Amino acid sequence: MLKNLKKSISLIAAFLMIGTMSVKAEVVVASAGPMTGDLAVFGEQLKYGAEMWEKDVNAKGGINGEKVKLVIGDDACDPKQAVAIANKLVGMGAVYVAGHFCSSSSIPASAVYSEAGIIQVTPASTNPNYTDKAKSDHIFRVCGRDDQQGEVAGKFIADNYKGKKVAVIHDKTAYGKGLADETRKNMKKNGLKAALYEAYTAGEKDYSALVSKLKSKKIDVLYIGGYHAEAGLMARQMKDQSMNVQIISGDALVTQEYWNITGDAGEGTLMTFGPDPRGKASARAVVKRFEDAGLNPEGYVLYSYAALQVFEQAATKAKSTKPNDVKKAMRSTEFDTVIGKINFNKKGDVIATSKDPLYIFYKFSKGSYAPL
Amino acid sequence: MEYFLQQLVNGITLGSIYGLIAIGYTMVYGIIGMINFAHGDIFMIGAFIAIISFLIFGLTSIALPFILLFVLLISMLFTACYGWTVEKLAYKPLRGSFRLAPLISALGMSIVLQNFVQVAQGARTKAIHPIITGKFEFFKESDFVVIVSHLQIFMVLLTIALMAGFTFLITKTDLGRAQRACEQDKTMASLLGINVDRTISVTFIIGSSLASVAGMMFVLYYGVIDFYIGFLAGIKAFTAAVLGGIGSLPGAMLGGLIIGLIEVMWSGYISSEYKDVAAFSVLIVTLIFFPTGLLGKPEIEKV
Repeated sequence: MLKNLKKSISLIAAFLMIGTMSVKAEVVVASAGPMTGDLAVFGEQLKYGAEMWEKDVNAKGGINGEKVKLVIGDDACDPKQAVAIANKLVGMGAVYVAGHFCSSSSIPASAVYSEAGIIQVTPASTNPNYTDKAKSDHIFRVCGRDDQQGEVAGKFIADNYKGKKVAVIHDKTAYGKGLADETRKNMKKNGLKAALYEAYTAGEKDYSALVSKLKSKKIDVLYIGGYHAEAGLMARQMKDQSMNVQIISGDALVTQEYWNITGDAGEGTLMTFGPDPRGKASARAVVKRFEDAGLNPEGYVLYSYAALQVFEQAATKAKSTKPNDVKKAMRSTEFDTVIGKINFNKKGDVIATSKDPLYIFYKFSKGSYAPL
Repeated sequence: MEYFLQQLVNGITLGSIYGLIAIGYTMVYGIIGMINFAHGDIFMIGAFIAIISFLIFGLTSIALPFILLFVLLISMLFTACYGWTVEKLAYKPLRGSFRLAPLISALGMSIVLQNFVQVAQGARTKAIHPIITGKFEFFKESDFVVIVSHLQIFMVLLTIALMAGFTFLITKTDLGRAQRACEQDKTMASLLGINVDRTISVTFIIGSSLASVAGMMFVLYYGVIDFYIGFLAGIKAFTAAVLGGIGSLPGAMLGGLIIGLIEVMWSGYISSEYKDVAAFSVLIVTLIFFPTGLLGKPEIEKV
């Protein structure tokens, strides 16, 4: 009986192996980000962009004649889960990963991808360490970096709020702390010292103690290195305590969800983000397809699409989807994507051009955000 | 001084929420001697039902006090059903089993409830706009105006009232006597004509309704919830229940207030970075000197 069982198990296993071998005629690419958890709204942005690209590229007949299969990985913005999901994607045979979202996920995941020799291009992780300390030359990003973002924010604050009291706080994550530190550094460089520098814990709901502290220190401007849920709660609780503070933050606030949390308390909030790709001529056709599908390609949707376009164009040029060939093509080509022309530098970051700044300011007002 | 008062108000409010959830923990423990780890998630379910009902009633033109009342009743009703079902599914079959079995089953139930809400309601943060916005302002002439919202006062009063009510229930009524009998000896209690199953079910129903009250207050006060709030609030409330002496209702309230105040004062005067370290350090030190918590009954050694 037991022998028979063993036999049948090995038989099934053999069939399964044949099964996986026979579907190899397509190229597997992955999109990864927080599909669940309180940052799921951003994971959705990456997913929408990737799914639209998959549809578009397969409608054109795939890459070099091979169909593309997209797999989605969920890291819940948790570093541990990011490593697990990275291993899973490697195991599924992905050659190219467009992800992750949170820097604290992208960085540990990049070690897995480096070891497996596949390419990772993040559409959204802005922490400098992601490319600065990359373990291989397979690591890229199509968005800006926090030292660039912090430079823009720090200079803006120093120029516009001279003599005012500015507090800089962060959520202790790779993204939040990295961004807050860069902003503080650049404020100081431009002659404005932060009146308060403090960390808070992400995921909590009660920030009243911190808010009262800001009130007693007579803070005029609050710079938050963190995500929209906590920033939104702080905006609400500051309004509860009758405070009138200018909130400034980074790219993690570029979602309608922020306003859903704050309501009127979010009026006037400023944040930095790349120039809206939705308005660019290169994006017009794709934006229309998103709108026809009933989706708003806000935030990082088009960045996710662009990260995969890079793969499409590099693989076409290299006439191969092998990571090593694609990587070589990525270093030497100018890519024409929905977010504009992209050239990668040696580290894997996008080379900024003067006519296309990487970061500009946006302002929330009456329920929506627009460039300042 | 004004600053201290404001932080005191913040701390007491936060402490009341912890206390409100802690009462549920401590009640279940007091009756069946089991830590109901799913209680935090029952609280989360209560908050979700409250927010959904607020959105539904928000479309109608019913007056605000009635909306509050309806939402409270609906959320208590549904949450009580959840509590009752959890008890029937996860704890009752294990009642005769060894001590750790229901504990593991409770942890499992907590994960089931969390994932259920995540799948059914989505992982996004849910938010509603402030419903009750009135507030009192003190020390208007000084440079730090202390603000106490109506909701904060209401929340503290509600917690005290519920604590008093349930203390009365347990010490003075027939149901309370049955509950205490079950706590001491289930077999003996059933021999004396107490319906043990029913008593335990009722305890779970009461505990869950309490959690739903806390859930609704949470929705009113913070306005933002997600499927994960039960875990964080549950851990803090559990700590509060242990600090105050698990099994004691005034202890739960006291523990909640102490944890809330430590957190707030630590963030207010030192740094919000290490407030959890501060709160748990106090817990450890307290348990060294009072192993059964501040108001807990010392365990009687049976020979």
